[in-house]
Amino acid sequence: MSFFKKLKEKFQTNQSNEEVSDKYKDGLSKTRKTFSEKINDLVARYRKVDEDFFEDLEEVLIAADVGVSTVMDLIDELKMEVKRRNISDTKEVKSVISEKLVDIYYGDSEEESSVGLNMQENELTVILFVGVNGVGKTTTIGKLAHQLKSEGKKVLLTAGDTFRAGAIEQLSEWGKRVEVDVIKHSEGSDPAAVIYDGIQAAKSREADVLLCDTAGRLQNKVNLMNELSKVKRVIEREIPNAPHEVLLVLDATTGQNALSQAKTFSEATDVSGIVLTKLDGTAKGGIVLAIRNELGIPVKLVGLGEKVTDLQTFDPQAFVYGLFADMIDDE
Amino acid sequence: MAFEGLADRLQNTIQKIKGKGKVTEQDVKEMTREVRLALLEADVNFKVVKDFIKRVKERAVGEEVMESLTPGQQVIKIVKEELSSLMGGDESKIAVSDRPPTVIMMVGLQGAGKTTTTGKLANLLRKKYNRKPLLVAADIYRPAAIDQLETLGKQLNMPVYSAGTDISPVEIVNQAMAKAKEEHLDYVLIDTAGRLHIDGDLMDELIQIKNNVSPDEIFLVVDAMTGQDAVNVAESFNDQLDVSGVILTKLDGDTRGGAALSIKAVTDKPIKFAGMGEKLDQLEVFHPERMASRILGMGDVLSLIEKAQENVDEKRAKELEEKMRSASFTFDDFLEQMGQVRKMGPLDELLDMIPGSNKMKGLKNVEIDEKQISHVEAVIQSMTAKERQDPSIINANRKKRIAKGSGRSVSEVNRLLKQFEEMKKMMKQMTNMQQGGKKGKKGKKGKGFNFPFM
Ligand SMILES: Nc1nc2c(ncn2[C@@H]2O[C@H](COP(=O)(O)OP(=O)(O)O)[C@@H](O)[C@H]2O)c(=O)[nH]1
Ligand SMILES: [Mg+2]
Repeated sequence: MSFFKKLKEKFQTNQSNEEVSDKYKDGLSKTRKTFSEKINDLVARYRKVDEDFFEDLEEVLIAADVGVSTVMDLIDELKMEVKRRNISDTKEVKSVISEKLVDIYYGDSEEESSVGLNMQENELTVILFVGVNGVGKTTTIGKLAHQLKSEGKKVLLTAGDTFRAGAIEQLSEWGKRVEVDVIKHSEGSDPAAVIYDGIQAAKSREADVLLCDTAGRLQNKVNLMNELSKVKRVIEREIPNAPHEVLLVLDATTGQNALSQAKTFSEATDVSGIVLTKLDGTAKGGIVLAIRNELGIPVKLVGLGEKVTDLQTFDPQAFVYGLFADMIDDE
Repeated sequence: MAFEGLADRLQNTIQKIKGKGKVTEQDVKEMTREVRLALLEADVNFKVVKDFIKRVKERAVGEEVMESLTPGQQVIKIVKEELSSLMGGDESKIAVSDRPPTVIMMVGLQGAGKTTTTGKLANLLRKKYNRKPLLVAADIYRPAAIDQLETLGKQLNMPVYSAGTDISPVEIVNQAMAKAKEEHLDYVLIDTAGRLHIDGDLMDELIQIKNNVSPDEIFLVVDAMTGQDAVNVAESFNDQLDVSGVILTKLDGDTRGGAALSIKAVTDKPIKFAGMGEKLDQLEVFHPERMASRILGMGDVLSLIEKAQENVDEKRAKELEEKMRSASFTFDDFLEQMGQVRKMGPLDELLDMIPGSNKMKGLKNVEIDEKQISHVEAVIQSMTAKERQDPSIINANRKKRIAKGSGRSVSEVNRLLKQFEEMKKMMKQMTNMQQGGKKGKKGKKGKGFNFPFM
């Protein structure tokens, strides 16, 4: 079955998916057209599959920040595939394209549904948030805390950003907003020590989830990355198998540097998933395809705004669709 | 990483094209393709790249290149020039109002670094210009944004105006202005909340503040790691607010920072400062030239080109070529040629650097052995001045002496002499062929011919 058909069916049959897709539509493509209309438009737009078509596709994907080499590879593969299967009908090409795009995200792995968070049953789950400055770590923690709490979990936050001015107050404010406790030390104190205290508090208060904030840092600052490794070691030492998730928060507005971020943060903290934030803007965050492709790290959550409810699980198909939605929407 | 591959490839193409005596359209195409990839990898917006490549192409196949004796270098120069002109010149001035206080408004997306930059700018104003700034906490939306600015104020020991979050930012700014006047503070720095350029309501809020206080500067703060969307963001902020300048943050990271080029291209507003760290004194004047190199990932490449331009004296090169044509080319000239090339470094460019040599088909893709070149040099250096001028006087005895002096065998000396003679013949032939018009194209020039060091 073609990707579009699959997608269409999925949206037609599943109510909650429809909601997700609406969120995505709002966040990713900013259009009021229905999904099937868009597909029709896309098919109608290109009568011939020629150099112009591939050039357009290349531009659309590059404009979405999909990594340059990923795009070049993809276009090459597509051209080969079209030749191999002797396709000239645009409709057919569309399905090859969507297959390939989805392939890029999934790679060799079998799973086709979105990957959820690794939550422990009846045990403390520790989630560590890492990333460069200003990507949305603290905000995501606030949103996730709200989400988990509304699922009935007991959530605790730790203010591991002891560096940036006002960072502790920021997390505390989120704690107040979503009504969960925040473990904190004073500004300038050792982040590993706060995290340690957070773990002890979570244990003694029998919390279900501990969300650990950390200070933003650029990945080329070696000593700051070492500091982060140390924080992770403290968690590992206190709880076997923890942290259960290390979430790298990426700003969708970021370009190719996100790949370098993913690489270096993985080396330092063994990142298990990505949170892609600010998808409510006009940036597409296509670089996560390259990250998934080269490093195998899945996106787990997406940020679609600044409100507590603006956090969604990642839907790869809707995401991939959003990448080339411009090809459909633009005149 | 992907980029290193690209930078290498770019460098290779540049190396290849650099010494060429003739640049074909194919050469230009190859070169611009690599430049395009490098720029895209650096996050320069694809439309900006497209225009850029078009301009380079136009100039590269134009007269200035074709008429140059070193067209390869000329092409590189064009790339560099176009890149630098796109980046603009140094412009780090900050407005001063003749009716204080001078008002500066900081605007931008969420997480760009506005608050930190506000602190840094205030610090700079005091340190460098001896000013007394007032910081204004107009971000009522992000949790603890006010705390953040107040903390920075404390660290800097500078006044901060804040009025909580239950009052509109427009009103906060009005009150802050009154306070600044009252206390004779000569700069007012307004830290606004981060917002999306497509958020109509919040953009209106900025417009209202702007209309109320008529800022002397509106700085758009942009994260240096921004990707393709930088053009949309910059264009939109600029359209709605007519910003006066841009500040690039987080440039101490390892991003190539192509966003800088995109922003400059779509707004034509100067990038004035760059944030180079989290500390409050880490705000630097922005250097467009450096940024251009960084974006293309060719800091080294560019300096190599500059070196080549310094070392290869066009006039001298022309004289040598003239000599070759007239077959009065001597071993001295040959030695000088090799010396010139060596000054520049990598020896595999030697071939290309010898005027006219690239016109000989048979010489393409040959491996050059560095050791061999030293040997050739040693042999020539062991010749007397007379011998170098007129190799025909080199008899068996002289050959033996030269071999001994250079530590090479007699047969090697023989080979060099023979090849040098052939080379001269070749040069003459080639010149004749060229003068004879198109015919030469099909001639067997260069076939079977070997330079002495191959
Ligand atoms: N529009 C939008 N803004 C976001 C999102 N996530 C975070 N932000 C904003 O980005 C800015 C930086 O977020 P913050 O959580 O402080 O980043 P941190 O430095 O990584 O902790 C704040 O102004 C947030 O409100 C999102 O999904 N969409
Ligand atoms: Mg934070």
